[in-house]
Amino acid sequence: MQMQEDLQNYNFPDQKGHFGPYGGVFVPETLIHALEDLRDNYEKLKNTPSFMEEFHNDLKNFVGRPSPVYYAKRLSEMLGGAQIWFKREDLNHTGAHKVNNTVGQALLARHMGKKRIIAETGAGQHGVASATVAARYGMECVVYMGSEDIKRQASNVYRMKLLGADVVPVESGSKTLKDALNEAMRDWVTNVENTFYIIGTVAGPHPYPMIVRDFNSVVGEELKIQMPQMIGRQPDAVIACVGGGSNALGVFYPYIKDEGVRLIGVEAGGSGIDTGKHAAPLASGTPGVLHGNRTYLMQDPDGQIIETHSISAGLDYPGVGPEHSWLKDIGRAEYVSADDDEALEAFHKCTKVEGIMPALETAHAVAHAMKIAPKMSSDQVLLVNVSGRGDKDMATVATASNMGL
Amino acid sequence: MSRIKKKFEELSQNNRKALIPFITSGDPNLGTTLKLMSALVDSGSDIIELGIPFSDPIADGPTIQRASERALAGKTSLSDVLDLVKMFRETDQETPVVLMGYANPIEALGVDVFVARAAEVGVDGVLVVDYPPEESGALNVALQENKIDSIFLLAPTTLEARITDVAALATGYVYYVSLKGVTGAGHLDLEDVSKRVEQIKRHVKVPVGVGFGIRDEATAKAVAKLSDAVVIGSRLVEEIEQSDAKNIVTNVEGFIRSIRKAID
Repeated sequence: MQMQEDLQNYNFPDQKGHFGPYGGVFVPETLIHALEDLRDNYEKLKNTPSFMEEFHNDLKNFVGRPSPVYYAKRLSEMLGGAQIWFKREDLNHTGAHKVNNTVGQALLARHMGKKRIIAETGAGQHGVASATVAARYGMECVVYMGSEDIKRQASNVYRMKLLGADVVPVESGSKTLKDALNEAMRDWVTNVENTFYIIGTVAGPHPYPMIVRDFNSVVGEELKIQMPQMIGRQPDAVIACVGGGSNALGVFYPYIKDEGVRLIGVEAGGSGIDTGKHAAPLASGTPGVLHGNRTYLMQDPDGQIIETHSISAGLDYPGVGPEHSWLKDIGRAEYVSADDDEALEAFHKCTKVEGIMPALETAHAVAHAMKIAPKMSSDQVLLVNVSGRGDKDMATVATASNMGL
Repeated sequence: MSRIKKKFEELSQNNRKALIPFITSGDPNLGTTLKLMSALVDSGSDIIELGIPFSDPIADGPTIQRASERALAGKTSLSDVLDLVKMFRETDQETPVVLMGYANPIEALGVDVFVARAAEVGVDGVLVVDYPPEESGALNVALQENKIDSIFLLAPTTLEARITDVAALATGYVYYVSLKGVTGAGHLDLEDVSKRVEQIKRHVKVPVGVGFGIRDEATAKAVAKLSDAVVIGSRLVEEIEQSDAKNIVTNVEGFIRSIRKAID
């Protein structure tokens, strides 16, 4: 029962930003002061009632929270097993969970007197959410995006431009999310005095994994109130897709001490785990240091980061938030994967049967629910965090499914 | 006495400043790097900083990132870098060699394995860009046990209290990053650098080298006046990038000679 006792005292990260051996502050000296400053400001503001009130007020009136919980009845009956329920983050303003965190960080930036914000983006959801809050609060916004992703996510690029953001294509490396992150870090190193870097996932150096988790935890906190109202109890399992892992941690974190609730993270299996062409570091990676923290990584034996593959740009990342690495090691969360084909199939099923078009990222979580629901009984409840909507993925789905647009 | 300490003592007796060039191992290939190391010494370098290539060098600008990409295209590993130092030591036992890189390739090899091999092949100092003092405990212990210097970065944003923390750990020399930015950026504010170096020298007992933003004879000369060592990286790597197999050694030698002349 050691484990149970430990979980009741679960309190991570520690003072230095570590989740067990993971996390930390692995950055060049130039950034240390900015990170300490951010940590101190956050610690102060999160205990300031007027700041949290401002945050929750914008979540309510600007984002449209709380997001509803929906019973996917036809999908559940078609599969003939557990009940599948959806947490509807796709209904948020800007179409994904990402905005919860960008509202929080933009408010932090404003309180710290920073007028310029920068962000990295993969699928473009975090970029759109950052550009949106920059417009909302009257800030300058620069978004770094891999040129490969710019091609895959043209409509989101256009949205960011309409919102007034400067979208900078990143041509280095694999031209995807990790390279956009490298470039944003370089911008921050250079402009650290007037610039706030809004990291979009629960990765990066401390305090980012903690801040992004805390702002996204509104999702799980709402669920803990909503589920008893809907079904009289908490779900048997919570399922979420994991790229960097911000939507997953947003639902997992408030449930960590509720041991009756299984926490299942679904990574991108790409062409299949055994092909090596995937983005599932928790399934087949090893611990290492990237982008300011220690965590499971996709790397070669020499410690070079290897190219990942996923049909979903938002999951196409070789690392994962350090707290997921820790939850995996202590066995509190389970991590599985769904491949490109399974995600596509789930995308089509969910769209046709429920009238809800999930983002391709989210479709990985739906795919896993579809996989395990038939083996469960009809009084069991699977809660899928529908982290975003799929409008942005039209072109990718059309190409992958050989359909014309 | 460590090779680095000995080198700085010699220089100071002769009223000279150290010239520390940076090149990436394996750029464009390991054989050339070995030749370039000797060329650097022949043309007046005092200490060689040898980059360990990494796929995601967040503190480096486009020039050094491209050098890393060229080295990785040739599959240069950390073991190769250590072998390179071993070969260099067969002909040069005097010139200090400092390895500079990122944490992940070192952790992939294993910190203790890396340090033991580094000591064996004759590495004199190690600088891990993304290991600030907070995260470098295990490496520092291993380096100390093996009598290899721990080189740390100090930045324009480093507060005075922190300078004293770094001073307690730093051996060999400290490397002052002379501007907010990545390697290869421009716009050096000499007045600011001068003030900061003075401040650092009040706390740090080892020599202070200055790098980032040194691009030509004029900036090298100015920086040499107010510090103990001039580190030159991106500009030299550009020279390598623009050369071919025939003229690479002459070009590098010519460039280093011009800098040497400027700082003497």
